[in-house]
Amino acid sequence: MQINVNEQNHAFEENTSVGAVRDRIKADADLLIVNGFPASDETLLNNSDRVILIRRGEVPGTDELDALLTARHTPGVHEIVKGSTIGIAGVGGLGSAIAIALARTGVGHLIIADFDIVEPSNLNRQQFFIDQIGLPKVYALRDTLARINPNVRVTACHLRLTPTNITEVLGHAQLLVEAFDQAEQKVMLIETFASRFPDRPIVTGSGMAGYGPANTVQTQQVANNLYLCGDGSTAAAPGTGLMAPRVGVAAHHQANAVLRLLLGHNPAKEGKL
Amino acid sequence: MDIIFNGKPRETQASITIQELLDQMQLDCMQVVVEHNKNIIPRQRLAETVMNDGDSLEVIHFVGGG
Repeated sequence: MQINVNEQNHAFEENTSVGAVRDRIKADADLLIVNGFPASDETLLNNSDRVILIRRGEVPGTDELDALLTARHTPGVHEIVKGSTIGIAGVGGLGSAIAIALARTGVGHLIIADFDIVEPSNLNRQQFFIDQIGLPKVYALRDTLARINPNVRVTACHLRLTPTNITEVLGHAQLLVEAFDQAEQKVMLIETFASRFPDRPIVTGSGMAGYGPANTVQTQQVANNLYLCGDGSTAAAPGTGLMAPRVGVAAHHQANAVLRLLLGHNPAKEGKL
Repeated sequence: MDIIFNGKPRETQASITIQELLDQMQLDCMQVVVEHNKNIIPRQRLAETVMNDGDSLEVIHFVGGG
């Protein structure tokens, strides 16, 4: 029978136990996973079972890591996302969480752009750490992404995006994520990118402040190639702060919209584009 | 003349520019993205873009936060 062990196919006799597979392939493994669940040594395997053998604390090599990281993906997804280039404009509360979700998903190339520095007030919602305070956000995030998935290529641009440099900085992105804070900047970015690249989708965020119901955060198609994630109305304002849960909900709406677009699905509803 | 505004029929005066329509509706063009007949129009072109009968206009309002 054929058993997939750490993403490689191997032939075994019928009624082989996972312990026997471990002894042959990776004798020092101390965590045995069969079809996504931990298993004991004597668990008998069936044809086409998927086995992951892990030695706790051991860091796998780059190629093996790529296979192991994506072992829980839906088949066919990884090949597509690995070949994609996504631009993320702004890596604050939205952009930092979106970048991490897309890196975990295995997007091949992320272009991240932001002028800002990590400050203590960012840590209530943004995916940075105390020991990164004072660093440019794009460099801090690049380090974090490398710790999660070193197979993602990250182009980090520490600059302020303007109508004159957006084409140069984000021109290689097949799809743009708008993750700015200021409404006027969101509009500037979308107008500039859409005018230059009308055929490329833009996923934007608007309306995720406060602690209103998470269920009012939605993904909508608001123009031909523009998808908006958020409640559309709750602005960050005195008395209505930005907080990790709802910003995270909106960010992951955006990341999921990106994934659906890459796979040819409509981000806003069931079905193909 | 009749246009489609944010998906719904709306009557406007003839030969109105997008900027004039936004002004009438008191919409701040710094915080909206305007899509005219499936094309996003940069704000510096809003005042020169004249609408025709049957045109569609989507005005997407943005709020701060991110």
